[in-house]
Amino acid sequence: MPILVIAEHDKAGLKAATRNTVAAARALDGELHVLVAGADCAGACAATAALEGVSKVLCADAAHYTDQGAENIAALIVSVAGAGGYSHLLAPATTFGKNVMPRVAALLDVAQVSEIVAIDSADTFVRPIYAGNALATVKSSDAVKVITVRTTAFDPVGDGGAASIEPITAGPDLALSTLVSRELTQSERPELGAASVIVSGGRGLGSGENYHAILEPLADTLGAALGASRAAVDAGFVPNDYQVGQTGKIVAPQLYLAIGISGAIQHLAGMKDSKVIVAINKDPEAPIFQIADYGLVADLFDAIPALNAAL
Amino acid sequence: MKILVPVKRVVDYNVKVRVKADQSGVELANVKMAMNPFDEIAIEEAVRMKEAGVASEVVAVSCGVAQCQETLRTAMAIGADRGILVSTDAELQPLAVAKLLKALCDKESPDLIILGKQAIDDDANQTGQMLAALMNLPQATFASKVTVAEGKVSVMREIDGGLETISMHMPAVITTDLRLNEPRYATLPNIMKAKKKPLETVTPDALGVDVAARLTTVKVLEPAGRSAGVMVADVAQLVDKLKNEAKVI
Repeated sequence: MPILVIAEHDKAGLKAATRNTVAAARALDGELHVLVAGADCAGACAATAALEGVSKVLCADAAHYTDQGAENIAALIVSVAGAGGYSHLLAPATTFGKNVMPRVAALLDVAQVSEIVAIDSADTFVRPIYAGNALATVKSSDAVKVITVRTTAFDPVGDGGAASIEPITAGPDLALSTLVSRELTQSERPELGAASVIVSGGRGLGSGENYHAILEPLADTLGAALGASRAAVDAGFVPNDYQVGQTGKIVAPQLYLAIGISGAIQHLAGMKDSKVIVAINKDPEAPIFQIADYGLVADLFDAIPALNAAL
Repeated sequence: MKILVPVKRVVDYNVKVRVKADQSGVELANVKMAMNPFDEIAIEEAVRMKEAGVASEVVAVSCGVAQCQETLRTAMAIGADRGILVSTDAELQPLAVAKLLKALCDKESPDLIILGKQAIDDDANQTGQMLAALMNLPQATFASKVTVAEGKVSVMREIDGGLETISMHMPAVITTDLRLNEPRYATLPNIMKAKKKPLETVTPDALGVDVAARLTTVKVLEPAGRSAGVMVADVAQLVDKLKNEAKVI
């Protein structure tokens, strides 16, 4: 039976998370189709068709998919799922996928398996529970498996495919909700979820001004994304979408620099799969040092400019 | 306007859970339990709406074992008017909870249902969206601001890369994110008062809901530990390690 991935995109191109989700889907046995729902999304469809391992792109182009609202997209996925006889429906465990997929699962009367990090077999998956303090292997008895994928657990697929693009009929506009406004943080930096280096700051920075003044030059030097602990976000240093942790972004870069972050378990849940972790904190007892590959007990206001200069 | 707020009893967020030796789950015996933090935010939001004169009644619901009554009393101490316990010893998964909540919503006809975005035990992040789907209602997940005006509810949502605001007709389903509000501490007089508030108990059978689990837990393991690395003396040594040992810069 074929497998369906729901693409996350911005009309013109794909969000990086889609590549990881396709990678997870490739670990399953079946022809791989990707659904792109949007308005004027030809660019995203073309990018999807070029993905390694994808055999068909289903393109639902309609004005009422512009906002990617859960109600309309979920209804579309359910109708596509029924018509196509898919065994698995997968989406990234981003705010997009988390918003849409449980709705799909409920409409199909099946369970959802959230944030899988490994695939044991067609019906058995591994997922973290309790903020990653335990890994549960769960087996689904449902005919259709609805899955969200923790993107950091699967290496993204590259290009090299040449899938066919098939336009499909859009579903009706349910008109249950309307988007009033959207404010996306403008940044020249890499996306937090896809960055290979992340400079992350915590309460130790003391203020939003310090956060920017101290961390941005280092992030610029390293070509890094900026992240933050919940404490730093709650204190108003940076916007909410900087938050790394159990309920924020889950990241696993090559290098994670935790600066002035003590290391609450909820924060560790979001970054402990990073390849190399560096912790810089003036408190030698900070829990972050227990998981860091390299720890430096120092005043960050001296250490970070010195580190930046040394690089 | 009536608001229904489902609350879940979970392991307290300060507890570091341990995996059982037989790999059947995590150790729950003698572990401190508490209301799921996101549900506390949901109750707080509903109570604030009542205090502001926007809502007239706040009903707290919990599904699970008899001890969930404590969670409902906590919700009532924060300010919920009454509680409903859907009493069962069965393991409840999000789809089953969503069906139980739908059955209750059919009886109670709330205008808003506010839930936590995820429970910190199973980290599923599903129930609110599932409930909205089963009831064919609009949903606003990950709410950081909720405003009710002229029969509509407008919700600012935390999304990857920023914020968005959506407007929905009511009834509607909202799930809370961390920054929606800071829940109050229940005061002793309010805790005492909560003990006298009405608490009704129903069963899944009485609601006509099949709560059979769809997912079976095969095993639960401790994740591969990350051992502490080395402490470096200064910035120069750190740069050297990153360049020559870890080779990440």
